[in-house]
Order: sequence, then C-alpha cells, then structure tokens
Amino acid sequence: MIARLLDRNPRLANWIWGFTPPERGTVVLVHRRVYILPTRLGWLFAATLTILLIGSINYALALGFGLTFLLAGMGIAGMVQTARNLARLAVTPGRAEPVFAGDTAQFRLYLDGRAGFDRPAILVRHLGSGAQLVLDIPAGGAGEVVLQVPARHRGWLAIGRVMLETRFPLGLFRAWSYVEAEARCLVYPQPERSPLPRASGEAARGAMRSPTPGNEDFAGLRGYQPSDSPRHVAWKAVARTGDMLTKQFAGESGAELWLDWQLLPASLSIEMRLSRLTGWVLSAERSGALYGLRLPGAEFPPSHGDAHRTACLQALALFRLP
Amino acid sequence: MSALPHPLAPELRSVSARDLVWLIGSLALVIVPHALRAPWWVTLLTLCLYGWRVYFTLQRAPLPSRWMVLAVAAAALLALWIEYRTLFGRQPGILLLVIFSGLKLLETRTHRDAAVAAFLAYFLVITNFLYTQSIPTALLMSVALLATTATLVGFAAPQRESSANLRTAGVLLAQGVPAALILFLLFPRVQGPLWGLPQDAYAGMTGLSETMSPGTITSLAQHDAIAFRAEFEGEPPLNALRYWRGPVLWDFDGRTWSMGPEMRGKPSLPEGPASYRYAVVLEAHNRNWLFALETAASVPERARMTFDGQLVSAAPVRNRIRYELVSVVAPAPQRTEAYGALTRAMRVPKGFNPRATALAEQWRAGAANDADIVMRALEFLRAGRYTYTLEPPPLGVHSVDEFLFDTHAGFCEHFASAFTFLMRSAGVPSRVVTGYQGGDLNPYDRIVTVRQWDAHAWSEVFLSGRGWVRVDPTAAAFPRRVESGVTLAVPQSAAMPLMMQPNMEWLRSMRNRWEAVAHKWNVWVLGYSPERQRDLMEWVGIRDADWRQLTAALFSILGVMTFGLLVWSLRRFARPDPVQRAWRAFCGKLARRGVERAPHEGPRDYTARAARAVPDARRTILRVGELYIGLRYGAHASAPRVARLQRLVRALRVT
Repeated sequence: MIARLLDRNPRLANWIWGFTPPERGTVVLVHRRVYILPTRLGWLFAATLTILLIGSINYALALGFGLTFLLAGMGIAGMVQTARNLARLAVTPGRAEPVFAGDTAQFRLYLDGRAGFDRPAILVRHLGSGAQLVLDIPAGGAGEVVLQVPARHRGWLAIGRVMLETRFPLGLFRAWSYVEAEARCLVYPQPERSPLPRASGEAARGAMRSPTPGNEDFAGLRGYQPSDSPRHVAWKAVARTGDMLTKQFAGESGAELWLDWQLLPASLSIEMRLSRLTGWVLSAERSGALYGLRLPGAEFPPSHGDAHRTACLQALALFRLP
Repeated sequence: MSALPHPLAPELRSVSARDLVWLIGSLALVIVPHALRAPWWVTLLTLCLYGWRVYFTLQRAPLPSRWMVLAVAAAALLALWIEYRTLFGRQPGILLLVIFSGLKLLETRTHRDAAVAAFLAYFLVITNFLYTQSIPTALLMSVALLATTATLVGFAAPQRESSANLRTAGVLLAQGVPAALILFLLFPRVQGPLWGLPQDAYAGMTGLSETMSPGTITSLAQHDAIAFRAEFEGEPPLNALRYWRGPVLWDFDGRTWSMGPEMRGKPSLPEGPASYRYAVVLEAHNRNWLFALETAASVPERARMTFDGQLVSAAPVRNRIRYELVSVVAPAPQRTEAYGALTRAMRVPKGFNPRATALAEQWRAGAANDADIVMRALEFLRAGRYTYTLEPPPLGVHSVDEFLFDTHAGFCEHFASAFTFLMRSAGVPSRVVTGYQGGDLNPYDRIVTVRQWDAHAWSEVFLSGRGWVRVDPTAAAFPRRVESGVTLAVPQSAAMPLMMQPNMEWLRSMRNRWEAVAHKWNVWVLGYSPERQRDLMEWVGIRDADWRQLTAALFSILGVMTFGLLVWSLRRFARPDPVQRAWRAFCGKLARRGVERAPHEGPRDYTARAARAVPDARRTILRVGELYIGLRYGAHASAPRVARLQRLVRALRVT
C-alpha cells in the first residue's frame, strides 16, 4: 500500500528517499539516505538478551548482568557499524556498451569506499531485474560491479533504481540505500537474420559487378583509414612492417547496397522492420559491402566501418522514440 | 521484499568449514568449565557430536536425518535421567543444554542455524556464572565471548580473513563496554528471584550447620573456602579477640548439639566501650544466620537479633551479601535471664556419660560458687594433656566420657561439647556457641579473611551478676589456637589443606595479594546490589531514585553515547587530500561560471575547454590543470607546489 502511494506521488517518494532521480555523476550515500532496521536474527538476539536478563535477575548474577549488558552494548555498536558500512559510499556509474534487445546490458558501477576501513559484504541489487552481486571494498580502495540487466526493448535503457544493502558485522541489522544514477545503455533492435536484399536501381549497376557480394575473398592490402574496423586490420602485416594496413576483400570493391525502409513488405510492423534492417546492417557490415540506410526522415549514404555501423544502429534503436 | 534469493539472508547461506571450526571452538571454550563438573560421559558425548559434525563437513556427506538426531537426544535424556533421577534440576538442565549444543550442530546447515548455535553459546556463558563468578571464570568467558562474536562476524563476511573478523569482534566488544558499564550501573535492579528455583540451585555450599556433633567442625576445618571477609574502619582487633558469633546451640541429646526451638525474648543491644565499626562481605551459605564480631551492637537491614544474641537474616543467604555492623568488645553485663532459658541451659540427657557426670557432681559438692566450678573445669582440661588434632579418633555412645578419659584427642567441638556437658551436670547454665575464630589479616588491604578452617566452637556460661560469659575451653587447653590461629595450633599432618600448613608462607603471601584483588572484585563488581545502586544515585545527587528516574537517565545517556559512537566512527572517513580539495573548489568555481565538468571529462580536456570558454582566466586555468595533473598523476608532489595550486585556485574569480 505504501509502495503504491509512493508510486503515485513521486515527490513524496523523493522527499522520503532523500534524492531526486536520476542523479548526475557520483552519488554519495549520506546518512540521510541510509536506512537501518533489525533483521529477524536481530530480533532473535534481542529475545536471547531478554532471557539472559531474566536469568540474571532471578539468580542475582552480577556477571550475568555484565554479560547481558555487554552483549546489548555490542548490539548497539554493531548497529552503528552496519550503518557505517554503507555511509558515505560513493557510487559512480560507468559506461555501458550498447547491446541488442534480448541481450543483457552490462551496467558498471564503481563503489569508492572513501574510508580508512574496509566495507565487506555489500550487496548491490538492481531492483528492476533482480540482478545482484556481493562485493567487498578494501580499506581506502574501491570496488566495481557489473549488473547484468536484461535489455528487452530498443531505445535507451536507464539503469533505474539500485539497492545497496549490508548486514555486516553481526547480521543483526540490515542497512540499505537506494541509488538511481544517471546511467543508460543504448539498446539496438533485436537483429533478424534474413538474406540481404538484392542491390537494386542505380546502385545495382555498380554493385552487381561483383558476382557474390557476401564473398570475402582476400583482395589485397591498403593504407589504414580511421573509419576501418579493427577486425579488418592486417595485424600480422602491421607487426612485420610497423605500418597500419587494412585488408581489402573482393566483395568490398564497389558493391553498393541500400537498406531501405520503404522496400520492406507493408505487412511488417515497425518493430519487425527495424529488426530486419538491423540484421541487414550487421550482415552488410560483415560482408564488407558499402551500404546505406534509408529511414523515414533519415538517410545514411553508403559507407562502411564501425562508425557508420554504429550510426545506423543508433538511428534504428531510437527510431520514432521520444 | 521479493521472492528472489537474497545473498545476505542467513537462511540461504550454507555453513563453510571455517564457520564450523569457529563455532565449535567457541562452544568448546564455553563448555570447558562445565566439563570439569559434568559426568565424564556428557563431555565425551558432546565432543563426539562436535566431531561428528566436522566429519560430515570434511566428507561433504549429507547431515544425519532428523530421526537420527532425535534418537541421540532421547538417549541423552534417558542417560541424564538415570544419572540424576530428574531433568529439572540446575545441573541436569545445564548439561542438557551442553548436549543440545552438539545436537544443534548436527542440524546446522545454514548461517541461521549457526547463528542460533552462537546465541546458545552466549547463553551457555551465563550458565557458568551459576557456579562461580570468580575472576578466572570471567576471563575465560571473555575469551569465549570474543570467539563467539568473531564467529558471528565470520557469518556476515565469509570472504574476509579470520584475523580481520576477530579484530572487528574485539572492536565491537570494546565499543560495547561503555554502554555495558552504564547499563550495569543504572539498570533498575530488582531483588530476585522472580520465581522458585530448582531444588539443587544452592547445592554444594559449605558452612556451619544447625547442629554440632563430634567431627562436624573437624571436617569443616579441612575446607579452605572463604566464609566471609571483614573490612574494619581503623585497626582490626587482635586475633585472640576475633570471635565471630554464629549459631547458638542449646539442646544436647548425648551426641549432637542442636539449636532447638527459638524462645521468646527481646534482646537488648549491648553497650560498652571499645567498639569496632566494620563491614562484612558474607559468602552465600544457604542459611539464615549472619556472623558478627562478639558482641554485635547493631542490627543490619533485613535482619534481626534473636534472644540469644544471634543475627538472623530474613531470607537465607543465597548470594554474597555485604552488611555493616558495630560491635563492642567489653559489653556491660546483662544480669538477668528468663527462668525458662536457664532451666533449658542446664538440661542433660539421662543415661549418657556417667563418668563425666560423676566428676561434675564431685566439683559441685566442693565448690563455693559457679565461677569456681568453671575454674576447676578449665584447670582439669589444661592439666589433662589433651591433643588438639584434625584427625580425632572416632567416639562411641558416651562421647564426652570417651573424649575426656580415654582418647584425650579432639578438635574444638570436642572441647566445647565436653565442657558444656560438665557445666550442665554441675548445675551451671551453659550453652554451646559455634562460629569462627581468628581469620587472616591480609597485609595488603587490611581485610580480615575468615575461611571455613577457622570454624570454631566455644561455650557460654551464665554467672549470676555477670550474665552470660564466654569461656573457650579449647583456648584454655591450647592458648596458641586463639593467639595465632588454627594453623599453628594443630600438629601438621596430611589432613591439613596445603595452604594451611605454616611452612607455605610464600604461597600464602601470593595468595594474600590475589585475595585482595578478589575482594575488590567481589565488593565492586559482584556485590553491586539495589542498595549500592541507591547509594551511587545518592552520591550523584539523585535521592530515592526509583526505576523511572533510573530508566530515564539510562536511556538519555545511552542515546548520547550511541550518537557519540556514530560521530566517532564516521570520523574515520578519509577526508580528501589538499590537492583533491583544491581541485574540487576549482571545478566548483568554474561551474558557477557556466563550465561544469562532465563526469567522464579528464582534467586536461576540462581545463582546455574551460580556458576556451573563460578567456580572461585562461592562463590561471591552464596552470591549475598542469599543477593538478602533475601532483595527482606525476611524481612531483611537493609542499610548495600544493601551496601554489591552492593559491591559484583561491585567486580565480567567480564572476
């Protein structure tokens, strides 16, 4: 019920949780946003202390009182240390590489201890997906977690709410905090495997000079250009000569392919079209052909290489998204 | 929360071999003192259960079934019942817990079970205090406490090194000490017990009893347990004057002296010069009487004085208690006594000890008054070449006759019994008083320690005009007994406890030092009672503190302390170094001028961009960037460079 209330009133939720998502840059877990409550084990410990206290009163055991009170003091100290284990932890999101829908996005979080003591057994859990990890942060050091969040839909995937929790040192208390950092991952549409379209129109004239566009016959070496894929760099030759050289393949030498939204069957939905185009972009890039992408409202002239591929995929990922 | 497996939930984390080793080690430390008291098979069974659990872990075998565990539990219950014929006493109950700790391990799979076992270890610590709360026990249990806590920390941080976990446990306990101290002092104390205790709760306490027959005090004198300690204001009295009065025995059945029914009568507190003020810390002896230097001139709280001058507590002394007293050495004589009391003090059983009876009647015939008879009897004992021994020969039906005329060897109860019998046969009202005589004066803290081996018995006779007068027949025969204590009076023999032997002087000296420490421990730690709490509150300035005030004070102090602990623990957060601080200030200033540093932007890119955006401060910005990169990533850290960086950042204008 409370959860629903908070969902409906984001401002109230922000006030209660102590921050307004998403937060830019490094998030420091100040006390205000570290919550702490006893665990079930903590209640059991309290019950044990009660029994010890009653026993001490009944048998008038001075050392029994001493033991009970020492354990109680230790419990309080444990509570403070549990809160301290999270307090002032600095959480910085790292870069998340783009993925295809259906894969898992890898959200990197750097946890900087910023303290002279170690912070063991900190659970980092992605609330949306349940992806979770436990890590120890050494004294004066930092730790890194990679949250594997399934990417279901194309577009920007925001990291969302992440919970950090610890029960160290005694397990009697549970301290936790929420972080909603400004980190997002670009999700490309899920690629559909389908044969590349025939080169058509004026492009076909040049393109079909090479009989099989998908053929990857090695044709020779040429000078490296910054847009070349590292996969095509002739590393063996580089090692021998010291010059950056790129392998050229037969299919590459002039085939020109247009991947056009309009040429797809009208029966396909938007997402299916995007999937097919994505699959084509990948195949075309692999084949080494020069390919262009035509979307309603956007056009990428034929080219190839990682930068071109990334630009095409990004356009497909964000097509008609706000 | 959710149905997801939670990596920190104890019920989902299985116990590792390391966890198990720590847990078993802690439990073993806790049960060591129990093992010394328990029947051997209990210890063996428990250790076997521990070992069995380790075997399962090493073999990676599944744990035994529930039925197996239940079968072992049933067998243990049966064996305990055969041993004790009950399961509800203190000893069988505790041993059951000890065995249960092993059974619990057999079904310990996850950290939750293991944590319950650790809590059981905490509980077993307190059961040790039911037997003894001495300093060595406290030290051993502190170690056990540390180990158990380290075990718990190990459950919470399985990846961490054991030594680090042990250190954390030590820090936690150390941080708990101030709160524990406050709780110990201020927690409202209630006088226990809250409910009935098991029958054997106070078993095994030694001390004087309501009766005295030949051999009772002799056997008591072979114990070196402490009966009580007395702390005098000023100098304690001489050894010969230290008669600690206990039970007064009126009735004699031919062999055994007993207290008999109490008679009505209002005792008047004696008055007289040469009084002593002192405090007695009496060990628990499970009887009602309190011991006082003769003759007590005050009555402690919750106690009364009987018609024959005994101090009697309202409840049996089941815990060490402390009371303050005033005694006078030479009280003004109490001249009258009730007729009933005097006739009771002359009653002797018919048909016993004919020879002694004849001797007494012979004295009666030839004596001018009662005092003369007393003198004759003492002279008889002095001249009789009696032996004072801890190993008196056994006596038959006519115990007084046999002692006086045949064996000639006895301990103080023989002398007191024979003398009182002679007096009664001669018509002089008399009674036996038991108690302690002497006690060791510890030269280190001036405290008189009275042990069970100081147990003594003497007589009192009623002389007209002088009232009840103490006569110590043992002292008449052996003056050394009261002048220098029992250790020098009896011949050395194997029956003497080691410490009692006079040539063990160096050992006694060490013991004296230890006793002084132990006494402080008893008084200040173990003896902290509701009365002492009230005294402390009065000393602080709160009169008649009730539990509400105590609780309020307690919680406010605890709150402040917890807050202080929080502040103190946060103090250890690393403050950024001066270079980093200067850099942050620099970024803040530039941000106010509209050039905010992007999270991914390094110092070189950022300063280059800022220099383009803020041309009027271009040189300063570039210089700051250079300095910062050099200080942060280069090897050129030096104080002047840090100072220059700080100066440049300060000089940068915001607008």
